[in-house]
Amino acid sequence: MSLLDKDRIFTNLYGYQSWRVDAAMQRGDWDNTKALLDLGQDRIIDVIKASGLRGRGGAGFPTGTKWSFMPKEPKPDRPNFLVINADESEPGSCKDREIIRHDPHKLIEGALVAGFAMRARAAYIYIRGEYIREAETLFAAVAEAYDRGLIGKNACGSGYDFDVFVHRGAGAYICGEETAMLESLEGKKGQPRLKPPFPAGAGLYGCPTTVNNVESIAVAPTILRRGAEWFSSFGAENNKGTKLFQISGHVNTPCVVEEAMSIPFRELIEKHCGGIRGGWDNLLAVIPGGSSVPLVPAAQIMDCPMDFDGLKGVGSGLGTAAVIVMDKSTDVVRAISRISYFYKHESCGQCTPCREGTGWMWRVMERLRTGDADIGEIDMLQQVTKQVEGHSICALGDAAAWPIQGLIRHFRPELERRIKERGGDLSPMQEAAE
Amino acid sequence: MADVANIPDEAEVRARWGAFAWTEENEREAKEVLARYPKGREQSGSIPLLDLAQRQVGAETQTQGWLPVPVIEYVARYINTPYMRVYEVATFYTMFNLAPVGRYHVQVCGTTPCMLRGSDDVFAACRNKGLIKGKTTPDGLFTLTEVECMGNCASAPMVQINDDNFEDLDYDRTTAILEALERGETPKPGTQEPGRHTVEPMGGPTSLTAMVSENHDYRGEWGRPAQETAA
Repeated sequence: MSLLDKDRIFTNLYGYQSWRVDAAMQRGDWDNTKALLDLGQDRIIDVIKASGLRGRGGAGFPTGTKWSFMPKEPKPDRPNFLVINADESEPGSCKDREIIRHDPHKLIEGALVAGFAMRARAAYIYIRGEYIREAETLFAAVAEAYDRGLIGKNACGSGYDFDVFVHRGAGAYICGEETAMLESLEGKKGQPRLKPPFPAGAGLYGCPTTVNNVESIAVAPTILRRGAEWFSSFGAENNKGTKLFQISGHVNTPCVVEEAMSIPFRELIEKHCGGIRGGWDNLLAVIPGGSSVPLVPAAQIMDCPMDFDGLKGVGSGLGTAAVIVMDKSTDVVRAISRISYFYKHESCGQCTPCREGTGWMWRVMERLRTGDADIGEIDMLQQVTKQVEGHSICALGDAAAWPIQGLIRHFRPELERRIKERGGDLSPMQEAAE
Repeated sequence: MADVANIPDEAEVRARWGAFAWTEENEREAKEVLARYPKGREQSGSIPLLDLAQRQVGAETQTQGWLPVPVIEYVARYINTPYMRVYEVATFYTMFNLAPVGRYHVQVCGTTPCMLRGSDDVFAACRNKGLIKGKTTPDGLFTLTEVECMGNCASAPMVQINDDNFEDLDYDRTTAILEALERGETPKPGTQEPGRHTVEPMGGPTSLTAMVSENHDYRGEWGRPAQETAA
């Protein structure tokens, strides 16, 4: 059964109505938030755990469990912090932007509830620098919440003091990585830190910190209001809840839409996106979770459930549920090569395999695009992606490797065709004498 | 990370910007920025303050702004941080311009989701208006930059010009926006698709239709009062 409007959390997703606090209250935000806080820290975490909510930023770690890692009795000189990741830069992702500019009070209320549950003193919302108008809305919404006494001293009359600060970035994909985000918040270059120590032990300013995605935080108040059972009534086992899907590329009507997890790909596209451009026979491949995950060819994706486990089963992942659809007119090698360029551009330059590897991989991808290569170089490229994957501090190296691995896995004949048509070497490249 | 820029002659820059200081309004804003961070953590203000400084330079030069070295030094002194720590931030983040840009900084997204929806046509429209990637037009009006994903993928392709996004572009719509800016007009930001509001499916939303005409409260339809209560 498909998701009904009454079960959608982000009711003002499309911004037909005002984002201001009065309108948000009329829609049900900030409705007796004190009662939610009165549940107590442990009960809130238990409800979020029971709801089955998994982090919406890509990794899918259980949110309630993450919150429970925070120290139960923070020391006065080392307060707990909540950092909310609004550095939405993954190609294909565009959901946090809609939450921030159209439903910012859901996020701010979520920040209070989540911050309270993890005994945090304050939340920092790190919003990407390019979201200029969105940040203006968010600053204004936070100011409104302070004016109404919803956050700040004695937030919502609960007796709990909680601040919410907005911090704008300035254009760096890597700051979406949690430790790079903390570096950036401290005013430095966004270069990821080695883990351990994990942020829950030593994060922002060396204090215990939890970093959560915007969507994970913004859904929390509604889950508490409607109950863990309600939220977990959607989606397959281990993949519970509702989710914002962002569909871009070659569908008739690209959009952002909230749907139940585990909705089959075909149903999602038919219901909200007007079908594939040129019909289902025209579908070539889909990148189902943002640029970092491998593409999935048409035949495998069509009836695949859109959730963490379903997409893992076809060798890809849900990521941020940013669905990039490619029809048969696509130059698929160029599409992946452009993603390789993206990672070359966004590598922070800290670890050698990533800094050098992303550029190397992009240059080879560009030659494969025109067929100016030897057949043997396909295997060499595959080997190099394996050398980059898993050999850097953060996951950017992995994210650069996976799309190329997906391309080679599913479109190797296409790569070979281009090389042959250009008259390249038909025999495998000679290895050095052993 | 930023593409190599033609950084202007240092002596000239120093003569022009050596006496840079916050305007009264920006001084207030800068204090507000620093109030967000704990005492002793003023370095956290480096990114917001560099942005503020770039905007002030922009206002003084009628452009989108850039960061001359003396201005970066000023910000470093203001937050009591070594110059190099702030300079490396200015060079790391793409939104800081290390060389002057035009009045309108035309930032076209070329990443795959926009590419699939036709960002090539957007670049073609820019080229035919005389905009060259990485360069400023001779009249100082436009600087063209290819940028990476801007997070407008459901309304791709897009361009960000100074503070506004223009979405759902094609060749003609891009040309129309550039020409409107040339004439000194302010084109309507957001989606350029007639009849589309934001990121709902073109032709009207397939969900939440009650929200179109009124600020609908769905709570009455929730059914049982399910609020979690203290156990």
